[in-house]
Amino acid sequence: MAEETVLGHLEHNQEIPDSGVFSQEKGINHDELVNVIKSLNGFGLVIAADIKREKWLLSDEAQSYVKYGSAEVLIFEAVPAEGTAKAKLQDIVKSKLPADLDDNTKSLIYDKGWAQAMKNKWIGLADSQVSQKVEHVEDRVKDLLIQIQNGEAVGAKDIDALKRRRLISLQIWKGYSVKKGPNYAPKRRKAVTDLVRDHLQRDEWKDIEFKEYNFLAKGQPTEGGCLHPLYKVKLQIQMIFLQMGFEEMPTNNYVESSFWNFDALFQPQQHPARDSHDTFFLKVPSTTNSLPEEYVERVKTVHESGGYGSRGYGYDWKREEANKNLLRTHTTAVSTRMLYALAQGPFTPKRYYSIDRVFRNEAVDRTHLAEFHQIEGLICDRGLSLGHLRGVLEDFFSRIGMSKLKFKPAYNPYTEPSMEIFSYHEGLKKWVEIGNSGMFRPEMLRPMGLPEDVQVIAWGLSLERPTMILYGIDNIRDLFGHKVDLSLTKRNPICRLGLN
Amino acid sequence: MPTVSVGRDRLFEALRRTYTQEEFEDLCFQFGIELDDVTTEKAIIRKEKHLEEEEPSDDEEVIYKIEVPANRYDLLCLEGLSQSLRIFAGLEPIPTYTVANISKESMLKMHVKPETSQIRPYVVCAVLRGVTFNEARYNSFIDLQDRLHQNICRRRTLVAIGTHDLDTIEGPFTYEALAPKDINFTPLKQTRNFSADELMEFYKKDLKLKKFLHIIEGSPVYPVIYDQKRTVLSLPPIINGAHSAITLKTKNVFIECTATDLTKANIVLNTMVTMFSMYCERKFEVEPVEVSYTDGRSYVSPDLSFYQMEVPVSYITKLIGVSLPAHESARLLNKMQLHAKHSISDKNEASFTISVPPTRSDILHPCDVAEDVAIAYGYNEIPKITFPSVKPQLLNKFSDLIREEIATVGYTEVLTWILCSSKEISTMLNREEDKTAVINGNPRSADFEVVRTTLMPGILKTVGHNKDHPKPIKIFEVGDVVLLDEKKDVGASNRRKLAALHCGSTSGFELIHGLVDRIMEVLGTPFVSPGDKTGYYIESSNEPEYLKGRQAHIIFKGEKIGTFGIVHPQVLHNFDIPDPCSFVEIDIEKFL
Repeated sequence: MAEETVLGHLEHNQEIPDSGVFSQEKGINHDELVNVIKSLNGFGLVIAADIKREKWLLSDEAQSYVKYGSAEVLIFEAVPAEGTAKAKLQDIVKSKLPADLDDNTKSLIYDKGWAQAMKNKWIGLADSQVSQKVEHVEDRVKDLLIQIQNGEAVGAKDIDALKRRRLISLQIWKGYSVKKGPNYAPKRRKAVTDLVRDHLQRDEWKDIEFKEYNFLAKGQPTEGGCLHPLYKVKLQIQMIFLQMGFEEMPTNNYVESSFWNFDALFQPQQHPARDSHDTFFLKVPSTTNSLPEEYVERVKTVHESGGYGSRGYGYDWKREEANKNLLRTHTTAVSTRMLYALAQGPFTPKRYYSIDRVFRNEAVDRTHLAEFHQIEGLICDRGLSLGHLRGVLEDFFSRIGMSKLKFKPAYNPYTEPSMEIFSYHEGLKKWVEIGNSGMFRPEMLRPMGLPEDVQVIAWGLSLERPTMILYGIDNIRDLFGHKVDLSLTKRNPICRLGLN
Repeated sequence: MPTVSVGRDRLFEALRRTYTQEEFEDLCFQFGIELDDVTTEKAIIRKEKHLEEEEPSDDEEVIYKIEVPANRYDLLCLEGLSQSLRIFAGLEPIPTYTVANISKESMLKMHVKPETSQIRPYVVCAVLRGVTFNEARYNSFIDLQDRLHQNICRRRTLVAIGTHDLDTIEGPFTYEALAPKDINFTPLKQTRNFSADELMEFYKKDLKLKKFLHIIEGSPVYPVIYDQKRTVLSLPPIINGAHSAITLKTKNVFIECTATDLTKANIVLNTMVTMFSMYCERKFEVEPVEVSYTDGRSYVSPDLSFYQMEVPVSYITKLIGVSLPAHESARLLNKMQLHAKHSISDKNEASFTISVPPTRSDILHPCDVAEDVAIAYGYNEIPKITFPSVKPQLLNKFSDLIREEIATVGYTEVLTWILCSSKEISTMLNREEDKTAVINGNPRSADFEVVRTTLMPGILKTVGHNKDHPKPIKIFEVGDVVLLDEKKDVGASNRRKLAALHCGSTSGFELIHGLVDRIMEVLGTPFVSPGDKTGYYIESSNEPEYLKGRQAHIIFKGEKIGTFGIVHPQVLHNFDIPDPCSFVEIDIEKFL
């Protein structure tokens, strides 16, 4: 109500000169009016200027003086002309005071009046007898109090005297003068944080005003799930393989026999990789139930005495070693099964890939885990050469952002020639090893039954390493496993591998 | 992969030149070895003792730690490593190793007793005559045994090497297997006699030797080698006798290798004698030993003959993918220590007869020969042959990745029409006439007048027609708009846009703002202060289709790429939408 009265008044008037006067005119409580003015001023709808006034306020005692006369006059008048005994005076005074005053007040008036009348020398005391000392008195105190009550000016001396008698006290009055502000409107708009349905339904949207919005802060975080960074990279690499014409191998078999994991790859049984230090051998199920016997025989022969142009390793190959079960140490175990299956029919060229989990009995540290993901690609065709291997590697790695490659001769029991792949890291300003590659040995392919002129070029790398390079992660445990910080997964951007 | 530590200065001396570290690394890389670490003897000791890193002083000898392939046992010592690199560099011909031509009668003999078959059945031996040791050579000799034991010998399980001062012992020797209590001798580094079973107990406290005890422990018989006077040469694979220990002054060295794998025993023996015969009076000559078994079998070791292998010339060139003339292949093979003799085979095919020296036990198959040609030719010089493959459309794949991210934060994709009426891109959006739009000349209806310049009308029409859908409605679209473009031959070009909308009981302005942040996050774009051109920031805007006070531009790298805000109620009314909506539209081509 008060707000509308103020805004409404200002619509047609220059100003409200005095809020005190305005409150009386409009019959509004001044305190309520002050609150409204302050609020309107805060939003710039009005400009309020302070008004300060001093005012003398009458005490309860002074108000009774205005009504009945001052105490000293009441005492004076109560003293009979002939005088009276001091002892009787109080009773006389009390009997003459208006009946509606209680006894305490009457006693107070008596005490104050006695002291003041004596001081004024209006009355005197001799031999316990009280008598009037003057003919006539004027009630100046009452007149002054009435003048003050009416807001009339009173001399400083009198004010001082009244103040000392605690009949009056000073009060400071605050009010405002009010004018239109920069945001003046006859009706105030609502300040809101967002547009809501009610604003539209009640057509209030024109009247709303938005609270200040902080565009320097971020908005409300989105809710929803996020995919794991490693699998986002995996998806992109799968896409790259598909674009290069590779089909995925089924790799959902973690338990493998030593035969398929090692022996079939011409990896000798005394090879260090076959130590329990590097491989998880299984207690249950400890051995494989079956192996393709004819093929096993050919593998045994090539290990022991060679064949297909090879000298072999010249040692006693043991079936028990081949039977031992393990957790596959590389996905090449799957590649071997796929190539063996391929060799059982008429030859058709193939391009295979896989990205899946492999296991190594390694101490976990910043760069090693007991399990990680291996990316593997292979091409099986007639007449392949190292030139083809270089070509396919350049194509593959340039798609994952590693276009500067060089190759180092290396040793791997099942590939010959073998090439370690190094990529120049622009950030680290050095060459880093990123994977291994080579041509599968004839001692591996020929016992499977693949024709003599068929070669397999293959390469492998971990999924973790390029991902760590890509995202600048230097501890593999921050990327993969239960110690990964979930907020890292949530913050992880889209993987743009394969889009360059 | 095994690592070999060699003194840099000795290595360079052996290579007859010095290299900068970078030059040496390049040489290693070409050859297929790797300079793993550069350190000093003192630094290695400090590291072993976990002492503080100190500034190396200049007088400390620099040590190169070099990684070598696991099947190249001849590279496990400075002698073999430097010889291979010298031959690779063409500084030196392939050495010819010979077995001294001595009569069977004067040949040293090793008799093998049948009991050895129970525990460690094989032994091969050789003698190096007139060796000149010095401290470096002697240390290298000991180190090579250690490395062979560690690698091919599989921690002495397959093969164990014993080396003896031949002048302290007297042949013929016997290789026997006896009950532990019957073997008594003073072992290396000890001063008193032990019985073999006592010795096994004693070595359980020896850090270096305790790991080998399991190889024979528990066997009723232990292998042992005696000389004619019953002096114990060694208790393989544990320890040698003190009596025959070699010293710096030793001139004639007797080497025995006991084994469970005869092939590997021969490789180990060959490696030892080929490497150190270079210090013999008659360089590269080795004296043989006859090994005879009770069952009548006997052989002379070492066998230093060259293994012959027929390799068609075309096999090599086809495998590496480089057409090399035969003489060039032969020259490259020489650098890798393989002799190649060119011949025409029976099938009228050009062929090499490859002679593999005893140092190259890794050559099993012609593919190994082909690899050596490729290495000598240079892996990085081989021309690339590419396969046909396809590349994705960057813009489309990128759009797909963003679409998935927006869907995962709860927005449903809509697919709206490119064509719309002209008022839908102008007056209905509180805008002036859109002068950037492509205008259809013969629209069948007003709905197909223009090609959209913004995704906004399609999305608003979707909301307008889904009024009964439970709130909030959260939808998005990634698609193209078309703008007039003078730079294009046809005068117009597509732009890929992303738009999203929230509609509910409140407009969800802060949610759309949050979605903008999320899009920027998944695009890897940091939130920066206004004016900063390294990321994105938000700046209050004043566009007619949004409500004043609740709309802003998205500034990316200093450029405005989109706007979001509460859709103006008049616009909502125009599209018959009763609920408040917030909307964002971004040009995503800026992120490519």
